[in-house]
Amino acid sequence: MFAAENGLRGDPRLQGISKAIRVVPDFPIPGIMFQDITTLLLDHKAFKDTVDIFVDRYRDMGISVVAANVNVGIEARGFVFGPSIALAIGAKFVPLRKPNKLPGEVISEAYVLEYGTDRLEMHVGAIEPGERALVIDDLVATGGTLSAAVRLLERMGAEVVECACVVGLPEGQRRLDGKPLYILVEPRLSVNY
Amino acid sequence: MASADVKAQDPRIAGISSAIRVIPDFPKPGIMFQDITTLLLDTKAFRDTIDLFVERYKDKNISVVAGIEARGFIFGPPIALAIGAKFVPMRKPKKLPGEVISEEYSLEYGKDVMEMHVGAVQAGERALIVDDLVATGGTLSAAIRLLERVGVHVVECACVIELPELKGRERLGEKPLFVLVS
Repeated sequence: MFAAENGLRGDPRLQGISKAIRVVPDFPIPGIMFQDITTLLLDHKAFKDTVDIFVDRYRDMGISVVAANVNVGIEARGFVFGPSIALAIGAKFVPLRKPNKLPGEVISEAYVLEYGTDRLEMHVGAIEPGERALVIDDLVATGGTLSAAVRLLERMGAEVVECACVVGLPEGQRRLDGKPLYILVEPRLSVNY
Repeated sequence: MASADVKAQDPRIAGISSAIRVIPDFPKPGIMFQDITTLLLDTKAFRDTIDLFVERYKDKNISVVAGIEARGFIFGPPIALAIGAKFVPMRKPKKLPGEVISEEYSLEYGKDVMEMHVGAVQAGERALIVDDLVATGGTLSAAIRLLERVGVHVVECACVIELPELKGRERLGEKPLFVLVS
């Protein structure tokens, strides 16, 4: 669901967030209008508003784990939002990473790319069965990596309450197997910087 | 030095230090890997870590927090948000879209490259560089050079952990380094 349809219609913060995201054409490959959130991170108000909107939504949901996803091809952007949300709602932060980055014992889950597959890993023991979890990423497209994150958390016995992204295509919902998906803004389609 | 002052006086340091897990022989035999992911599972210790940095930097007129991929992205943004600064990711090659500037740096064996977006920072801005750990100081030095090339004043480098035997502090020369745990 989009934030604007779920209590935040007309909220001026959403416009500021959308405008702060830069569109880079033909990255990483021709034909892709890349939604670059680094410009959002340069806009202190828009960055703070992004975190605040998520925090306001999740602080009273009894969430004890925030897990941040790696994104296809260009990982670690979910790390930028997840820890701030976790700190504000009093939850643990759990990074989900590409293979061989996490030391110690891990579990891993495969996910499908446009060409081929990759794997997502999480530490064994990071979460306990019964914990309520939120998965965060900056952008959802097909939902493949979010689905893999959900499977990892559920294999460790967590209850995934919701998946949250700054930018998302509504079509992504189909790949999330009934898990709620909360999105702040739609992708921008034209170059704005 | 700053880190000794913090250790002697601040009761939060003990909890932060004990929350960090050491994994032997990762990523290769002989290395004792300092794993901060266990710190992130300890809500008090993680909160204290950020608070200690924010307390130090909030009145220093810092407008830029630069975080080094990837674990610098975990600590940098909460600090930036709390002190009212921008967050600028310093990344490995080809991950940042659009126009970048690059800086090469030495590894134990070979070289690597760090990139920053053109236009992310302005000449004259005051910056803090954040990473989870300083070892040889190679990546911090590259980040300092990248920012200084575009006219930014790097006020300090801040890390959760220092490995003093690898002499990163000396490699940074005159640039101050602040750490919580050594």
